[in-house]
Amino acid sequence: MAATATAPGAPTSRLGKAATEFDDRLIVAGPVRRTLNKVFPDHWSFLLGEIALYAFIIALLSGTYLTFFFDASMTEVPYEGEYDPLRGTEMSAAYASALDLSFDVRGGLFMRQMHHWAALLFVAAIVVHLLRIFFTGAFRRPRESNWLIGVVMLVLSLLMGVTGYTLPDDLLSGTGLRIISAILLSIPVIGTWAHFAIFNGDFVGTEIIGRFYIAHVLIFPAILLGLIAVHLLILVKQKHTQFPGPGRTEHNVVGNRLFPTFAGKATGLLLVCFGVVSALAGLVQINPIWLWGPYNPAQVSAASQPDWYIGFLDGSTRIFPAWDINLPGDYTIPALFWPTVVVAGAMFTVLALYPMIERKVTGDTASHHLLQRPRDVPVRTSLGVMALTFYFWLMLAGGNDVIADKFDISLNAMTWIGRIGVIVLPPIAYTLTYRICLGLQQHDREVLEHGIETGVIRRLPHGEFIEVHQPLGPVDEHGHGQLAYGGAPVPKRMNHVGGARRAIRGFFTPIESPAAVELEQQRDGRELAAGETTRELTGSGRPSDGGRPSDGGRPQDARD
Amino acid sequence: MSTHDTRPGSAGGADTPGPLHGGPDEDYTPEQLAAMSREDLDMLGARYDGVEILHVDPGPEPGSRMEKRAVRQVGWTFAGAGIAALLFLVVYAGSGWFLPEWNWATEGTTWSAMFNPLLGLFMGLAFTLAGVGLVLYTKKLLPHETAVQDKHDGSHFDRVTTGATLVGGLHNSGLQRRKLLTRSLGFMGAAFGLMLIAPLGGMIKNPNKGNPLGRTNWAEGVRLLRDNGTPIRPGDQQPGSLETVFPAVPGGNLQSDAATMLIRLRPEQLAADRPKEGQEEFGYGDYVAYSKICTHAGCPVSLYEQETSRILCPCHQSQFDVTQGAKPVFGPATRSLPQLPITVDDEGYFVARSDYIEAVGPTYWNRERI
Repeated sequence: MAATATAPGAPTSRLGKAATEFDDRLIVAGPVRRTLNKVFPDHWSFLLGEIALYAFIIALLSGTYLTFFFDASMTEVPYEGEYDPLRGTEMSAAYASALDLSFDVRGGLFMRQMHHWAALLFVAAIVVHLLRIFFTGAFRRPRESNWLIGVVMLVLSLLMGVTGYTLPDDLLSGTGLRIISAILLSIPVIGTWAHFAIFNGDFVGTEIIGRFYIAHVLIFPAILLGLIAVHLLILVKQKHTQFPGPGRTEHNVVGNRLFPTFAGKATGLLLVCFGVVSALAGLVQINPIWLWGPYNPAQVSAASQPDWYIGFLDGSTRIFPAWDINLPGDYTIPALFWPTVVVAGAMFTVLALYPMIERKVTGDTASHHLLQRPRDVPVRTSLGVMALTFYFWLMLAGGNDVIADKFDISLNAMTWIGRIGVIVLPPIAYTLTYRICLGLQQHDREVLEHGIETGVIRRLPHGEFIEVHQPLGPVDEHGHGQLAYGGAPVPKRMNHVGGARRAIRGFFTPIESPAAVELEQQRDGRELAAGETTRELTGSGRPSDGGRPSDGGRPQDARD
Repeated sequence: MSTHDTRPGSAGGADTPGPLHGGPDEDYTPEQLAAMSREDLDMLGARYDGVEILHVDPGPEPGSRMEKRAVRQVGWTFAGAGIAALLFLVVYAGSGWFLPEWNWATEGTTWSAMFNPLLGLFMGLAFTLAGVGLVLYTKKLLPHETAVQDKHDGSHFDRVTTGATLVGGLHNSGLQRRKLLTRSLGFMGAAFGLMLIAPLGGMIKNPNKGNPLGRTNWAEGVRLLRDNGTPIRPGDQQPGSLETVFPAVPGGNLQSDAATMLIRLRPEQLAADRPKEGQEEFGYGDYVAYSKICTHAGCPVSLYEQETSRILCPCHQSQFDVTQGAKPVFGPATRSLPQLPITVDDEGYFVARSDYIEAVGPTYWNRERI
């Protein structure tokens, strides 16, 4: 074979040669090019899932650091660390090592707080990401599998939270553990068996911290990592959804290539996430375990609350009526069973099955890659807002003692407000959202038909005053627009269609000459006017080749 | 493409690619590719990946005022990130060396109080500035392109050919015909599944054996001790007050179910006292003792409002009326707090007359049966 040095196109630079050597062995040039060329749509809401991923990475890194010092043992030891008020107190080795992490390890408190904040951000980002997916219909075929994986990851993240919250073995986490134990016991028939299997006997035993520890640092993260990998692989395989707009169809993705634009922005977001979590970790105290003291089954502090994502279960437990169900044969279904196991189970089951339910109800089995605006699917949007109202109302009820204390309201009144509100508010939220969606839909169509309100009032020769409307496209003999709604935002102000000169760049002082901008705009304006006769103003962003999103469940209004 | 092609021991096969080798390499010779510009090669590769670059908005003109300004911004942001990272290092490593000690639990100086916030501030600044710099770089200095990538539906060709391969394999295995094999495989699979989960049986413990959920360390003659281990005599407590007591056994004050509230009723409370049926004699004089473990979710019911005789559980706000046999009067709890029968021993100290006569703590499904 001829020497490659003379072959045409052979690399001459050192880097090029190294790359060739590399590719000779691994044959990666093709896949790498495909990856670099992959197009990602550009919309801020597509970054929410990324935030969850980055928060998970932070939690993984900081958590690994914590394991170097944490001792997941329930052996009672006298505390001999730096923190004076607790010195000499008998406590579990787990709590003592968590205190040592906070007081004796340089930067340990910083890492502990970073871990906690990252965990909170992780769940929050998952929830917001899920809402984006839900309200835009991104879960529809072919993405049901990723929706299911996402819901499973949400549940796993809650389990991660619960097990992690328990580990320090302070008074607050022990109180939480006691309630977990009671919830397990409340399950009919298998409850006591499950409790004895998990706790290795009656509450609290000596095993539970060690078992939760291995679940928290190995079992759950391993499953989560696997699911994240599958989630992302499916995402890459199916390609991203996008909002309807000019040139966007069911069969393409419009946006930026991975390299360099998307990679730059995504890495920037990763760094900002790290930055925000580190700043929180240092500047905002979270879970000061040394103030709670060691766990003691006979002690509790008022306003004991779980982390935010479990708050809804605490709330449902607080407002659920005292309804034990006594069955013949002296069997009981404890009241605690309903607001915890059943409510959480039902919520996550409905959530997981929602894509299938919607498909069944609407009969929409087509593949969808264009997203829907929430207003265009009022039933789904209203259902979502109703569920959110339910969820946040329960979460609020989880802090009813704090609200009662701070606002000087009777505690019992707060409980009743919670009970009534959880029944009354969701339907109200549904109705309101439905009306708002219809109103927004109608306004979109009105603008498409009659044009944008210009605010210019004109007097006609016979004395009538009219407001001049700027049509978005060609009009018929009645002055009605001919544009169909395409599922994309409709411009509603003159500025959206270039009614005003663009702003001059520069923050404090202009960095470009205003006169030049004026000229540029005039030039553009002339071009616009010249092309006006042939040009159809598709500000509505109608997809060019019939890529119109389905009406999935939207009542068709009979407009002419 | 090695430059040295003598291969001892591998003379068997010809060193020529097979007939199916090729792809785009057949369409474009190295000479053709060498003649193309870098931009054209980029576009060509993109087209092979189904990507079309619709529009490129070049970054700011080199040497323009806009570019200089953007470069200055990005440069200073990255430099700021570096400075913040160094400051983090200075705070982290310098404390206790050329800076005051960091340990705020022992020292309690202003610096030690600032140690953790400063770590967060500088690391947060470092990361955030680095991220902001990168985003500014992408937005202000890189060309903005709009690209379109085709999305392919599943290929019919792929389905048919893959199906043929899979069905061929199944056909060759003969599993559809050889029923014995299918059945034995199914049997083996089920048995393997059971075998693999069987070791988890080590976790199973019988919750009904010996009634561990229904018993505590209280028993006849066991003294009521305070948390500090001292016994209690009638008269030690003010009327209307509450004291948490534990059984006088080793580790009694850490038992999860044994914590008990010893309450001395005020005269008017005593007059209004309506104990549970059959438990009228469980108290001693104006003293009554109830389990401290909530019958709802097991939290210690700790907040005693003696004006209303109510005990509140701070976890879920169940309220129990002490003068009605600790019956739940509000909130999610359904059962009264179990009452501990008490009396006084020869030396005049409080002792239990027996264990609780029912299970303390949260309800479970067969509680009434054992």
